[in-house]
Amino acid sequence: MRFNLNPVRPVIRSGLLALAASLPLAGLVLAVPAAAQRDPAYQAARSAGQVGEKMDGYLGIVSGGDASLRAVVDDLNIKRRANYASRAQAQNATLEEYAFTQGCILISRTQAGEMYQAPDGSWQPRGPGPAQRDPRCP
Amino acid sequence: MTAAELTTRARPAHKAAMIRGRSWGPRVLAWPAALAGAGLAGGCITLKAPEEPIVIELNINITQEVIYRLADDVRDNIDENPEIF
Repeated sequence: MRFNLNPVRPVIRSGLLALAASLPLAGLVLAVPAAAQRDPAYQAARSAGQVGEKMDGYLGIVSGGDASLRAVVDDLNIKRRANYASRAQAQNATLEEYAFTQGCILISRTQAGEMYQAPDGSWQPRGPGPAQRDPRCP
Repeated sequence: MTAAELTTRARPAHKAAMIRGRSWGPRVLAWPAALAGAGLAGGCITLKAPEEPIVIELNINITQEVIYRLADDVRDNIDENPEIF
């Protein structure tokens, strides 16, 4: 990680610029407890809007996306698929049903500035209000 | 060299006599066809791509009932496996 994100430890920086740059990022991470569990490259791409939550319960690359980012996204989507498959079986549901429901909740939990897929298929930045979701979403 | 044929030669499928004997033959129909062709030659038929994106709904078979039944488990899943979300 580029910046010291631990707010408890006294932050001593040589330049004021570096301190100013680190503050909004620290605030963002504190607001998202799940972000602490995420791979830093994935978290950075998510916050930058390069990666978004799709309606089908998987991650998608919104724009750009070099080979390393695609590899991160593919890896997470493979893990998600395996997770959905086993949980769907336990719930007597299909993989698609489970994944779609997961997508509903993941889209509703996106943070402001993150990207998500709207019901018309377009990528939308999450604003301060609720996300545009499929009418069937809970 | 002699030409060999496996089967006997068949008669041609079309016979000139069939055209001549009919009152609504191609000669009668040729006039409106020619007129229509002349009319079309003056202009162009343009095909425009639709303005709206074409959305193929793949999740149409998923019912709201199933989604509501799975909602709690899906929320638990995020808490139990935060690293993949």
